[in-house]
Amino acid sequence: MKMKLKGTITALAVTLALVGILAACSQENSGPSSSGTVTLNAAGATFPYPIYSKWFSEYQKLHPNVAINYQSIGSGGGIRQLHAGTVDFGASDMPVKDDMLQQMNLHVVQFPTVLGAVVPSYNLPGIDEPLKFTPAALAGIYLGKITKWNAPEIQKNNPGVKLPAKDITVVHRSDGSGTTFVWTDYLSKVSPEWKSKVGSNTSIQWPVGLGGKGNEGVAGIVKQTPYSIGYVELIYALQNKMPYGLVQNASGNFVKASLETAEDAAAGAASEMTNDVRVSITNPPGKNAYPICSFTYLLIPVQIPDATKRDAIKDFLHWMLTDGQGMVESLDYAQLPDAVKRIDVEHISLIS
Amino acid sequence: MSTIPVSTEAQIPPRLLAPRGGLSSFLQRLRSGDEIAHLITLAFAAATVLITVLLVYELWIHSALPRQRFGWRFLVTSTWDPVFENFGALPFIFGTLVTSAVSLVLALPLGVGAAIFLAELAPPRVSQRLAFVIELLAAVPSVILGLLGIFLLVPFLRSEVEPFLKATLGFLPLFQGQIYGIGLLAASVILTIMIIPFIISISREVLLAVPVDQREAALALGATRWEATWRVVVPYAKTGIYGSIFLALARALGETMAVTMVIGNDPRISSSLFAPGYTIAAVIANEFTEATGNLYLQSLVELGLVLFLVTIIINAVARVLIVVTTRRGTGRP
Amino acid sequence: MNSRLGWRKFVNAFMLTLTGLCALLSVSVLLIVLGYLGWNGWQYLTWTFLTHLPAPVGESGGGMANAIVGSAKLLLVAAVTGIPTGLLGGIYLAEFGGRTFAFLVRYSADLLNGVPSIVMGIFAYTVVVLPMHHFSALAGGLALGVMLIPVVLRSTEDFLRAVPNPLREGALALGASKWKAIATIVIPASIRAIATGALLGLARVAGETAPLLFTSFNNQFWSHGLNQPTASLPVMIYQYAISPYADWHRQAWAAGFILLMLVLIANIGARLILSRKSPAPRG
Repeated sequence: MKMKLKGTITALAVTLALVGILAACSQENSGPSSSGTVTLNAAGATFPYPIYSKWFSEYQKLHPNVAINYQSIGSGGGIRQLHAGTVDFGASDMPVKDDMLQQMNLHVVQFPTVLGAVVPSYNLPGIDEPLKFTPAALAGIYLGKITKWNAPEIQKNNPGVKLPAKDITVVHRSDGSGTTFVWTDYLSKVSPEWKSKVGSNTSIQWPVGLGGKGNEGVAGIVKQTPYSIGYVELIYALQNKMPYGLVQNASGNFVKASLETAEDAAAGAASEMTNDVRVSITNPPGKNAYPICSFTYLLIPVQIPDATKRDAIKDFLHWMLTDGQGMVESLDYAQLPDAVKRIDVEHISLIS
Repeated sequence: MSTIPVSTEAQIPPRLLAPRGGLSSFLQRLRSGDEIAHLITLAFAAATVLITVLLVYELWIHSALPRQRFGWRFLVTSTWDPVFENFGALPFIFGTLVTSAVSLVLALPLGVGAAIFLAELAPPRVSQRLAFVIELLAAVPSVILGLLGIFLLVPFLRSEVEPFLKATLGFLPLFQGQIYGIGLLAASVILTIMIIPFIISISREVLLAVPVDQREAALALGATRWEATWRVVVPYAKTGIYGSIFLALARALGETMAVTMVIGNDPRISSSLFAPGYTIAAVIANEFTEATGNLYLQSLVELGLVLFLVTIIINAVARVLIVVTTRRGTGRP
Repeated sequence: MNSRLGWRKFVNAFMLTLTGLCALLSVSVLLIVLGYLGWNGWQYLTWTFLTHLPAPVGESGGGMANAIVGSAKLLLVAAVTGIPTGLLGGIYLAEFGGRTFAFLVRYSADLLNGVPSIVMGIFAYTVVVLPMHHFSALAGGLALGVMLIPVVLRSTEDFLRAVPNPLREGALALGASKWKAIATIVIPASIRAIATGALLGLARVAGETAPLLFTSFNNQFWSHGLNQPTASLPVMIYQYAISPYADWHRQAWAAGFILLMLVLIANIGARLILSRKSPAPRG
């Protein structure tokens, strides 16, 4: 009798649990008719992740039946998953060149979405004022030749700051990263030694340092590790109240990354931009330009067979170029220059 | 084990007496449902075998490109260059072996010591309760240990342990170089935490399985408790303890999450434990979703294949060693 | 002679105390884990955390509702695929098995059990994600299910074998066919133990992260059905732990706390039930 009661209770409990789980599952499906729900999967760059997550969340509030699930796995990941066909569109800070497009058999339209800046963020206990870095200092640190914080190359540009005699913990990306591309693109332009020894790409052989996964990972390590330095997109440093340094630009001025200095950097390139939006805007000539900026791109396939998905993507792109652009400055990204916006709008019609 | 007396044949239902073989008896068994039950359970048992075969097959064919391109050089090349598509497994093999080896060096004395205490000294009920608590440690998910690793272990290593080691043992290349907190040592300590329950529970069992007369003979000859344990019981059980080492090693080699959260993710071969490193499991976890290019992706799969084969071999050795000891201990043939 | 004896006695006391310290240290590690996680996790376990979807990066007010449901969904798929396979396979080994094939099955199960979880993720990726051309809860659930098979298989076989033969033979003697004897007598006698074996297996795969990284991937929103990527507790913990955001760290602690509590309760409950073996049912 006792066994029978226990058995019944167990069966009842299991059934209730299953019912609960099924109810939760179906609750997700209820609400606006699930037949009209469009889910788009996307993956890619961590550089624009804060603004993308904001956009997709806001867009979903306006269109409750469209859920765009974006996973920030790095630009390399975005390109790869697009190639494997497991996502509907991808995102990359590094514009994809023709030879790679051919090699991966990708037919995509590349849409610049925002303008962002890569900053050298650091963790120096007790030091409040922002440090100034010359290109030689940054290259030296990342080449592993400058190993202490109070090295002359850093100290001489920061006369009022007492830098500690501690080892520098260098942090870089462990994953295939467009941010790495922007950073190394800049270093290659300003340091011939870097260019010949290491080069510029999304995934390189780092001379020194710890690897973090994504912009989030690098910021996480820098925040937790005293006397460390890492390169991250501006918003990650701002949102986490992490100090970041000024960088000396091509005109010789030490510039702090901001909306204005980023727009300055893009100004020259934007006016020359033709149909091919794949440009590098690092180390531009402008007086007040921040030298390490980049556009970031959405990689949208030219052919999208599913009509509901295609319409959703196109509608999102229109929204992104109008209302969406209005949101970027609150997250310290710069809007696209008008010339670029125009080209983007034209390119939307390329998607069929 | 059968103890029911079987009396006369007449009392046994005819079904059981039906001669095996022949179509009529097959149909009879089919009707009685036995054959169906046999077939169904056989199918699912076969499914297990098929899944395993499929797994090995998939690992093999999805690593074809690098095997053709690099051959055995894959295992000894130390460059990992996605840009120029030159892949070598050596840094990851190094990191995997070093972290596992160091974790064993740390876990073995602790684990065997604790097992000795539980098997020899503690009263049986205390021993059982403590063993239970320690086994619960094995159930803690890897990612949670990684979480604690990042926020608790790494700062502790960085501010207290590694400077201390550098100051006292800094003449050894193992403890030289820059201190990050994150690195091979942090990963090794986390692995130690993960494998200690295995060493303790298996060692405790094999120690308990040692026949009582061995212990008593030693004590009768005038040995102290410790001497009887260390010189007689432990050597008797040492095959099983070796088995627990192999089992723990197999576990440590495959650990992914906790390791990748504290190891620094740098494919570098260095002589210092303070330096960052990379393991096979960690690089697969980090780079699989972004491996542009087939050679890159398949090189990661080949790493998985290498890890798989090594783990199988070590697991097999472990089981043999453990089975041999427990059988010998209980006197079973 | 006396000093030698004194030395031996000293070594005896010293070493035995040392082993006690080793045991104490090992036990305390678990207590530290529990304590730290409990302290941090409990205070951040808010209603928002349990019911909200993740917020955009850097904003507060997000939660892990979708991850909690996602993990439950994955476990359901794992249970539905792994438990019947393991159960029926275990029945085969205990009741029907021949010698060579049974050895092959056991060896395969041991092999599967030893496969590193990241390799299981690769397997599920090549077999499910690639043909389907997208990440899905199904792929993740299957990866976990395959990890569940050897655990359930071995424990089923062991517990069925532990049922005394007189029970089987009594049923046969009363005229039952073999499968009826198994289904009505042998299995019910060991069902509690088998169920706890399955529960332990589920507890183990519930905490697995690596197989999910490129099978069920992740999702900011609710995932509908089984064909879409889904958030899960372990993957979210990983993602949030390595980030710089304090709010995400708090959520990671809370999620870790939930996960650890579920795993520990399942483990403790299962072992308590197993240690109180039920007597054979009286007819």
